[in-house]
Amino acid sequence: MPDAGIQNFQRSFKHLPITRKRRSTFVSDISRVMSNTPELQSIASQVRRDIVRMVHGASSGHPGGSLGCTDFLVTLYFDTMNTKAPEFHMDGNGEDLFFLSNGHISPVWYSTLARKGFFPVAELATFRKIDTRLQGHPATEEGLPGIRVASGSLGQGLSVALGAAQTKKLNGDDSLVFTLHGDGELQEGQIWEAAMYAAHHKIDNIISTVDYNKQQIDGSTDEVMTLGDLRAKWEAFGWTVLEMDGHNIDAIKSTLAEAKGMTGQGKPIIILMTTDMGKGVDFMEGTHKWHGVAPNDEQLASALTQLEETLGDY
Amino acid sequence: MKEYPVLGKKDTRSGFGEGLLELGKSNPNVVALCADLTGSLKMNAFQDEFPDRFFQVGIAEANMMGLAAGMTIGGKIPFTGTFANFSTGRVYDQIRQSIAYSGKNVKICASHAGLTLGEDGATHQILEDVGMMKMLPHMTVINPCDFNQTKAATIAIADHEGPVYLRFGRPKVPIFIPEDQEFIIGKALMLNEGTDVTIIATGHLVWEALEAGKALAEKGISAEIINIHTIKPLDEDAIVRSAKKTGAVVVAEEHQVLGGLGGSVAQALSTHAPTPTEFVAVNDSFGESGTPAQLMEKYGLNAESIIAKAEKVISRKAIA
Repeated sequence: MPDAGIQNFQRSFKHLPITRKRRSTFVSDISRVMSNTPELQSIASQVRRDIVRMVHGASSGHPGGSLGCTDFLVTLYFDTMNTKAPEFHMDGNGEDLFFLSNGHISPVWYSTLARKGFFPVAELATFRKIDTRLQGHPATEEGLPGIRVASGSLGQGLSVALGAAQTKKLNGDDSLVFTLHGDGELQEGQIWEAAMYAAHHKIDNIISTVDYNKQQIDGSTDEVMTLGDLRAKWEAFGWTVLEMDGHNIDAIKSTLAEAKGMTGQGKPIIILMTTDMGKGVDFMEGTHKWHGVAPNDEQLASALTQLEETLGDY
Repeated sequence: MKEYPVLGKKDTRSGFGEGLLELGKSNPNVVALCADLTGSLKMNAFQDEFPDRFFQVGIAEANMMGLAAGMTIGGKIPFTGTFANFSTGRVYDQIRQSIAYSGKNVKICASHAGLTLGEDGATHQILEDVGMMKMLPHMTVINPCDFNQTKAATIAIADHEGPVYLRFGRPKVPIFIPEDQEFIIGKALMLNEGTDVTIIATGHLVWEALEAGKALAEKGISAEIINIHTIKPLDEDAIVRSAKKTGAVVVAEEHQVLGGLGGSVAQALSTHAPTPTEFVAVNDSFGESGTPAQLMEKYGLNAESIIAKAEKVISRKAIA
């Protein structure tokens, strides 16, 4: 698996003629070359437009956490992960995998997957509607490319990702497994079963991230169920802990690169990512009230004036 | 009445252990996970022989189900091992979302099912597991009846793509299924052809059904005895064909009467061939401490109960 240094090296020599050996990786190299920060920001703006339009179109869904995790997911898919996009293989052999454990932020994942080419962007219009592949929460039942396990009932994704990571080790596959979790989700006991297991079995090919927005449905995490010192908790469970600003794409890129550099050292890695729920739409920012509420027509219009259309609406 | 010589006495969980070991040798993709019950599940031999493909999970069954789902991604065939109670009710949502709904190729292997777990009592004697598992779309549910059938079933499910619930038990019981009997998922096994009543049995009650059949024969009653090892998908054709022939059915299982094999059989019969049916099962209660034999007698899960229900259902047939 190329580390950040090699990627930068490849980038700096992008002007060189493409040799026969490199031709097979031409597409992914191009996508890496394209992955400079302004372009990631531009993709993120379009993904945020998609999110509010999808949730408005379905009159339901979860815009708050989706908007908060947009910069992360866009950076992950368009810069960090080595995938076979637009091809999708359920087995994921020889490519990095991503598991969304907090499945309710499906809008941001669906938009990112579509913009990455896994399925037609036009299909985003079917979100949550009858006969759709874009179920309210991510599912494999309808065969949507990009999704490897259902999620929505919280706390299960870390276990699944650790299983996939161990299969990669058994298969001699040195690609990585990434996950995203809500902070409220850390109240589920299964998360800590999985955390203990990962350290015990030295699963060091996983990079997990927590969407640390300090909000959940009923209020702030401090009001609902105090999370305490998350860094100390994860460290006590044997994980390497990093922190990053989830709205600074340069920081996301460099932290993920740092995390990649720490894989293979006998310890699982988790990143506490500080975000604002509803980021990018002023009236949705920083409140749990937009956790699972759809905007009405006027609110949609207001939101769209704040988000530049960069890649064309679906 | 066809003779079924007793080939020995062993626990069905040992059939699972031997089957798993054989799979370890024949199928490099088979991996095993256990939640701190390796000895009870008879998984030690696999663990010793294939330490790289064995994963100790600790007392964390929810995590085990998620891990197993994830391990399928990349081509492994995970077999999870713990008691039936901790394989189902404790982890129902994990199985439902990460395994069944996600269509993952996980084999959930559950020992110490039912009353025959014995002295540990009702906290561990799950009698509702078949109901929970058969309700899940995509799930195959198998409850083999002796050592040989459990071993054959364990090997067979590795070649079946999709989630499977394999249920077996703790006590040593007679071995009567021939070692070379082919195990075909979803196919009923005709143990004895008869004309007066059909006895449909699964798990530990199959031997009791054969004993009942002998006693009934002495009374001049010809019992057709069918072993349903695969509760889902149910071999409805075999059941309906037999019910049409005999006109009376008894279903026997070591499970709660609500939601078990009996319910599935009744549903099939009421749809295709309404037939008087009686049920040998636990009557909507929990179990309790005791020896397996005491419990099976107290809760009416034995040959005597099958005989009584057979005579009762035959009398209902006469009225009908």
